Amino acid sequence: MVEDNLGDARLTREALKNGGLFCCLDHIRDGEQALEYLKHEGRFAGTPPPDLILLDLNLPSKSGFDVLAKSKSDPVLKRIPVIVLTISRAQSDINRAYDLHANCYIVKPINLDSFVNVIGAIQEYWLKVSAIPPRQRELTCGLEP
Amino acid sequence: MGASMDILLVEDNPGDVRLMQEAFREVNSVKIVGVATDGVEALDYLRRRGKFTDAHRPDLILLDLNLPRKDGREVLAELKTDPMLRRIPIVVLTVSQAEQDIIRTYELHANCYISKPINLDDFIDIASAIQHFWTDIAKLPANINSY
Repeated sequence: MVEDNLGDARLTREALKNGGLFCCLDHIRDGEQALEYLKHEGRFAGTPPPDLILLDLNLPSKSGFDVLAKSKSDPVLKRIPVIVLTISRAQSDINRAYDLHANCYIVKPINLDSFVNVIGAIQEYWLKVSAIPPRQRELTCGLEP
Repeated sequence: MGASMDILLVEDNPGDVRLMQEAFREVNSVKIVGVATDGVEALDYLRRRGKFTDAHRPDLILLDLNLPRKDGREVLAELKTDPMLRRIPIVVLTVSQAEQDIIRTYELHANCYISKPINLDDFIDIASAIQHFWTDIAKLPANINSY
């Protein structure tokens, strides 16, 4: 989860726990760190890539669009589904995210119940309905796509 | 709460086409507006070529990977690199559950990958799940040149 707002992050963590399906949520608060995390650089060296990314577009230090574009053009990261979960409902942002290959775009609800409902819907769709790529253990496994 | 959604179905197996049309008829706010039965037809439909000059651009594409004339993976790759068409969400709905197929499909920027069900009840569940997620939960992009 790439999310700078602590309140939203905590809500997401709680909602996911209640949904029962996620095992581990890593929370990154800005775009630069998100990219370090995804590339296993700096203090994130040794962490395996996530299975799914929840991405807020409004981030300090690097825009969420940059994080999205960088992940989706990286040969190892581009397979990871990116679920944009963000405040903006501007059609231009929605269009741009899909153009950059966001897997889907969800407007973050303000209402608590709706927020919990949306997190549940994400778990349901992405972990039960849709198949996602198997967990990556190695960054360089030798298999070229 | 959700708007209505128009779907292009790309599927060569007539039995599966019938099942999917049947399944989506059971679900509100979604309509299959077109069916392409091979990869070339799918691209013609979306590019409004040949007999498809008046084709209605869909909000979402359901794509089988195993297609005659042009394979679904090629269709996917072409669509996702086409600046006019790349933003349309593509739900790959296919028999394979092989890891390499799933990985490759996501690398080609499919929006998601669903294993094709076998019976009508399961198709209805999938149709319903697709409708709920893509119209009630997620926002869809606006098509270029839409009016």
